[in-house]
Amino acid sequence: MNANLAQDGTSRRDLLKLGALAGGGLLLGIGLGGCSKPAALGGAGGQPVAWLRIGGDDSITVFVDKSEMGQGVYTALTQLLAEELGVALEAIRVEAAPVAPEYVNNLLGAQITGGSTSIRDGFEKLRKAGAQARTMLLQAAATHWGVAPGELRIDGGAVLHGKERLSYGALAEAAAKLPIPKEITLKPATEFTLVGKPAKRIDTAAKLDGSATYGIDVKLPGMLHGAIAQCPTLGGKLASFDGSAAEAMPGVKKIVGVGNGVVVVADHYWQARKALEAVKITWDPGANANLGSQGIRSRLRNAATREGRGVRADGDASAAIKTAAKVVRATYDLPLLAHATLEPQCCTADVRTDGADIHAPTQTQTIAQATAAAAAGLKPEQVKIHTTLLGGGFGRRLEVDVIPAAVLASKAVGKPVKVIWSREEDTTHDTYRPPAHDEVVGAFDASGKLVAWKLDLTGPSITARMFPPVVATAVDPFAVEAAANFPYDVPNVAVNYNREEIGIDVGYWRSVSHALNCFVAESFIDELAHAAAQDPYAFRSGLLRKQPRFKRVLDEAASRAGWGKAPAGHHQGIALMEGYGTYMAQVVEISMRGNQLAIHRITCAVDCGQMVNPNIVDQQVEGSILFGLTAALWGEITLAKGQVQQRNFDSYRMLRLPEAPRIDVHLLASGEAPGGIGEPGTAVVGPALANAIFAATGKRLRSLPIAKSGIVTA
Amino acid sequence: MVTLTVNGKTLETDAAPDTPLLWVLRDHLGLTGTKFGCGAALCGACTVHLDGQPVRSCQLALANVGAAKVTTIEGLSADRSHAVQKAWLELDVPQCGYCQSGQLMSAAALLAQNPAPSDADIDTAMAGNICRCGTYNRIRKAVHRAAEMLKAEGA
Repeated sequence: MNANLAQDGTSRRDLLKLGALAGGGLLLGIGLGGCSKPAALGGAGGQPVAWLRIGGDDSITVFVDKSEMGQGVYTALTQLLAEELGVALEAIRVEAAPVAPEYVNNLLGAQITGGSTSIRDGFEKLRKAGAQARTMLLQAAATHWGVAPGELRIDGGAVLHGKERLSYGALAEAAAKLPIPKEITLKPATEFTLVGKPAKRIDTAAKLDGSATYGIDVKLPGMLHGAIAQCPTLGGKLASFDGSAAEAMPGVKKIVGVGNGVVVVADHYWQARKALEAVKITWDPGANANLGSQGIRSRLRNAATREGRGVRADGDASAAIKTAAKVVRATYDLPLLAHATLEPQCCTADVRTDGADIHAPTQTQTIAQATAAAAAGLKPEQVKIHTTLLGGGFGRRLEVDVIPAAVLASKAVGKPVKVIWSREEDTTHDTYRPPAHDEVVGAFDASGKLVAWKLDLTGPSITARMFPPVVATAVDPFAVEAAANFPYDVPNVAVNYNREEIGIDVGYWRSVSHALNCFVAESFIDELAHAAAQDPYAFRSGLLRKQPRFKRVLDEAASRAGWGKAPAGHHQGIALMEGYGTYMAQVVEISMRGNQLAIHRITCAVDCGQMVNPNIVDQQVEGSILFGLTAALWGEITLAKGQVQQRNFDSYRMLRLPEAPRIDVHLLASGEAPGGIGEPGTAVVGPALANAIFAATGKRLRSLPIAKSGIVTA
Repeated sequence: MVTLTVNGKTLETDAAPDTPLLWVLRDHLGLTGTKFGCGAALCGACTVHLDGQPVRSCQLALANVGAAKVTTIEGLSADRSHAVQKAWLELDVPQCGYCQSGQLMSAAALLAQNPAPSDADIDTAMAGNICRCGTYNRIRKAVHRAAEMLKAEGA
């Protein structure tokens, strides 16, 4: 339980000191290729860049490049390192890595935690770092004893030669002088002793006694507190403000205009919150002054009449539909959603003339650094990002909108300032999950064979705003997930995407377009099964003969759930998906008393390839299912006059403990490459539930949330 | 100055009397284990004990605390030895962990009143605490496990 989760101002200084001592321990660098410089590696801002440090005192520290937001990366990435280093998980202490090019996520091109990429990106990197360190320690010991490394073995943080023993700490100084080995042989999976085995999380203890430090808990000497009001109309700006009454209130230091809002800075947060109410603000609502949910829906529907851009074309779906014996058509509409991390958006900035420190619960260190630098008028390398624990991420903290106001407030008062958004600010100023209007067609030939599938997606693009180069010539890849990879054996498949912007910013929300597209695809394949008068499980199974990984999870979920054998009055729905390299199927079992829905059990079968920590995989599957269930049952953000109408958890409803159904998770052993696990469950539960409701009631839900369809959810 | 008793210690604060206890604890007394989630008694992240009863500290003004004894997550035990903390650790309940201070305080208050709660009792006592990561099923198991631990300790 050595995770350094409490705020620890000394650790970074220790690291710098050790780096400067060059030889006080082993600091294993990354991104060096064949370079032979062993230690004291200069990264951005002069900070050492490393995966691990072994101190002369036998301490082992791993610098985790990914943000810990509940998904267990501090534990799982450390497990990978521990596996190759041959030490117990508990022997390693975790620190959040600084910003440096060497920590760029290879799958996303920046230092980002998102897209369920942490294990896929880190699976080799962390094992390689551990293996390199192990090799160097063995070589140092071999030199010491005058023997070949092959005569030595490692055990419990030491190198052993017969009965002689040298600890890693004792060897670290000598090892640090050796070249980093180029050729590394990683352990084969058959020899794993930690990877693939359930292990307790290393961050649990600190989360049970109040010592874990989230962004909201940051304390700096001389720090002031900021409360913010932003223009209620999305996209609007601050026109002017009169802070004279607020300035006279207790503790108030300054009132700062910040572009789209006003920050009151005070000695204490509650003083700032109260004074904020006394600021007279005039807003410039901008272009969205008349934007409403109905307008957004109409806009998407109108746009859907255009021809979309092709993302998948097998055969000729349109021709097959024209000549088909039976054609089934449907349209689906999905709402905007907020992320609602339980820790509201917050950021602490300490801006000085020569540099800045930003303490933030961020998923994107690279962009946070660039954003803070721009707001402060500094160069990126003058800004240090200190990543705290995140009180939930879900994609919300890929956004950096919380940072500029904190930077400007700190700059204005010349002291560190912590800005915390109220829940109402957080709900009404999110970057929302995009809405969608999707049209889908299935066609059967005279023999009853499904011969065509045509799916036309319409919605705004997140990536066009966040990473414009990605969509310069291509369709937004994060708009067509779980659609372009349509798995069923149908000879004519067309999937098109029609980008239509809606005037407000949309953002990456747990599972991104998988949650949109899986709902449509897996609901409609269910419609087609019923149109063909076939059992929904058997219908899918028959179309997946060439897809062994899909079929395996489908069969497992059906078998474990007792498909077709539900108790009297209970009904089942099934759905499946591949996303993030993970294959998943779920069966939801429900009953209805009139319009009253009761969810009895969710059965989930998962093949996520090679697992690192099945305990965490189990947590993530269960949690992601409940996240998706909340959205399916109640999730909807609506707009009137450009303003979000949901404000707190009374109007934006969250699932609560009494509403959490039994969830049976079945993790399938797999030798395939690791897949992502934080997100797939969120996407699959919605259609499985809607399919169960159809089985029970004959009512097909083609829009969400379910609570809006006349079904009583509690 | 207002005097209050927190985790067995008598403390003084210059916070204004209408300041919610949550912000007195977090900003004035440095006890940041109690979390802000909604500011409206809707999420339970700010749950503390007032004379053993679970209360939402975001809705309790400092002036109304009076002589009541306040217990926060930092004071639940000195060494993570309360049964709920041990059970939470054994079952690896937290994910992001942000809500768990409040969950633990609600669960501890439940068990103090009802050492062998049924699922329905747990539903009632824990319904006010939102967990956005979805740890509810592990929370339910951990409350039952903590009840077993308390029974074993008492035996």
